[in-house]
Amino acid sequence: MFNRKRRGVIERTLAGISEALENTLFTEDIARRPGLLQGLDARVKVVAVVALLVAVSLSHSLAVIAGLYLFTLFLAWRSQVPLGFFVRRVWLFLPFFTGIVVLPVLFITPGPPLLTLLPGLSVTRTGLQAALFLLLRVGTSVSYAILLILTTPWATLLKALSVLRVPDAVIVVLGMTHRYIFLLLHTANEMFLARQSRVVGRASPADQRRWIAATIGVLLGKSFHLSNEVYLAMLARGLRSTPRTLEPFRLRQRDWAWGSALLALALAAIVIGRTA
Amino acid sequence: MLASYPHLGPLFSQTQMHIPDGYLSPLTSLVMFLLVLPFWVRAARVLRQRLSTRLVPLIALFAAFSFVIMMFNVPLPGGTTGHAVGGALAAIILGPEVATLAISIALVIQALFFGDGGILAVGANCFNMAVVLPYSSYAIYQLIAGRSPVDSARRPFGALVGGWVGLNLAAFFTAVEFGIQPLLFKAADGTPLYAPYPLEVAIPAMMIPHILVASVIEGLVTGAVVAYLQRANRPLLELNLQPEAAAQVAGFRPVRLLWVALAVLIVLTPLGLLAPGTAWGEWASEELAQIDPSLRAIPEGLKQLEGLWGAPLADYDVPALGNANLGYVLSAVIGVFLTAVTVWLFTALLTGRRTGAMRKRV
Repeated sequence: MFNRKRRGVIERTLAGISEALENTLFTEDIARRPGLLQGLDARVKVVAVVALLVAVSLSHSLAVIAGLYLFTLFLAWRSQVPLGFFVRRVWLFLPFFTGIVVLPVLFITPGPPLLTLLPGLSVTRTGLQAALFLLLRVGTSVSYAILLILTTPWATLLKALSVLRVPDAVIVVLGMTHRYIFLLLHTANEMFLARQSRVVGRASPADQRRWIAATIGVLLGKSFHLSNEVYLAMLARGLRSTPRTLEPFRLRQRDWAWGSALLALALAAIVIGRTA
Repeated sequence: MLASYPHLGPLFSQTQMHIPDGYLSPLTSLVMFLLVLPFWVRAARVLRQRLSTRLVPLIALFAAFSFVIMMFNVPLPGGTTGHAVGGALAAIILGPEVATLAISIALVIQALFFGDGGILAVGANCFNMAVVLPYSSYAIYQLIAGRSPVDSARRPFGALVGGWVGLNLAAFFTAVEFGIQPLLFKAADGTPLYAPYPLEVAIPAMMIPHILVASVIEGLVTGAVVAYLQRANRPLLELNLQPEAAAQVAGFRPVRLLWVALAVLIVLTPLGLLAPGTAWGEWASEELAQIDPSLRAIPEGLKQLEGLWGAPLADYDVPALGNANLGYVLSAVIGVFLTAVTVWLFTALLTGRRTGAMRKRV
């Protein structure tokens, strides 16, 4: 709609908020598909993903990390996560920045030269390895995290956190926060839209800053007010100090099988990655 | 040093404040998690006493609030834009304890729901942004604002400086966490296994863009919102102002903060090992000869005196541990403990029983 450079602060914030909302809808859609990971108990997934993340970060072998990355592609394929989307989401998003950040490492790390671009400027073997370690580690870790996020509805994921000994109160707060993020995003969205529709021409950065500060101040007041109202509503409905969750999880045979397989894989990766 | 990698600056400032998994070794992640844990436990205990069940919606709403304002684009003079973390603001309005819990929750949701920031690195991210940022900006805000009236110009100014310094400190901690990786964790052939830049690159690459851009945004936003609240919503600003309530809400004790700072410094002592050379003026006689070969005659007095006292922890190393870093930390702990006991004994001797009264005032 606008030339990217001419898009103002308000438009960019609006675009960011809508993108976050859109992402969420898409995520919920994938989490409902019938696939391998969607079919597993969320606790199994949480434990397995943490174990695999530890394996990725403990490994001293590039081949092991690469193998663990290929395994995420297999999991994504079996879980009906669109592969193009999955790969792009991981490799264009975070590690793209990481990739640029690690570029100088190729040249400044002392080691045997592999490829000389200019006299005095050569890619060293050690530098290449260091860059690959960081890129692969970040990419693989993000892939596992995203697989977990994409295939598990938020409410289930939250409940599953209790296996990691996260206290119940924290889980309740996480759930409430998640709900109110959307309410506040919606409110902010409306404030930005209302502002945008009344502005002709461009405001100076100082004006924009003042307006953003006022928006934040209003949201702050609203949040505080709302927290009081939510508390009263909770009290009115018979709030007790300990929260309860509906429908307890039950582990089926399939969960045991996949759970132990994934844990065994993580363990094997740790052993091979440390000895290789 | 940064001049050779100008492109690193903006990237570090935009993306690296949320440390992704893969930048830190699992050991570092674990240590950072253990560092942040006592802050969570203490904040929860202090607040639960005061607020009981009221705490849950308060933290939830403020976590949602910090999450949402992290998405706002804020323009800077000169045309750049960036995002604020909001940690300083939350600490000023509701005290650093609420800020610590609310921002931690927001960070956990970003990691678990949006894949922004690592899952294993959540301890490190919470320590930098949910502990260092709110506590330091709150301390500075209190220092500048003092007991000035609610509408005093000192309050927005204190908020501005607090936000700026707080985020810079958080960035500094992040840079140190990155910078110690290549020194501590290398493959057998010397390849750095995690974040590859040493401290002398990581610190300027993080600090220069933060000092000039990211922290400026944090400071400007915090100051401007406090100024707005002075005009439009004074009760909110007064929440944390009544001297007694403030002490309760914040549970803020300057002396305690000093102990925390001391603990952090102790953990950081192995950094001293990284500096090349020896401390100026602290040469042993062999070192003196190495530094200045023309110095033929080692002062006789120095030679004679040297053997006089064999330190129990010579060169700050605890040989039984077999690890120079651990030895350093342990030496620091023992040193601090001995100093504290000595000072305490002196105070007790000099002031008699008045130390109890002093503690009450602190």
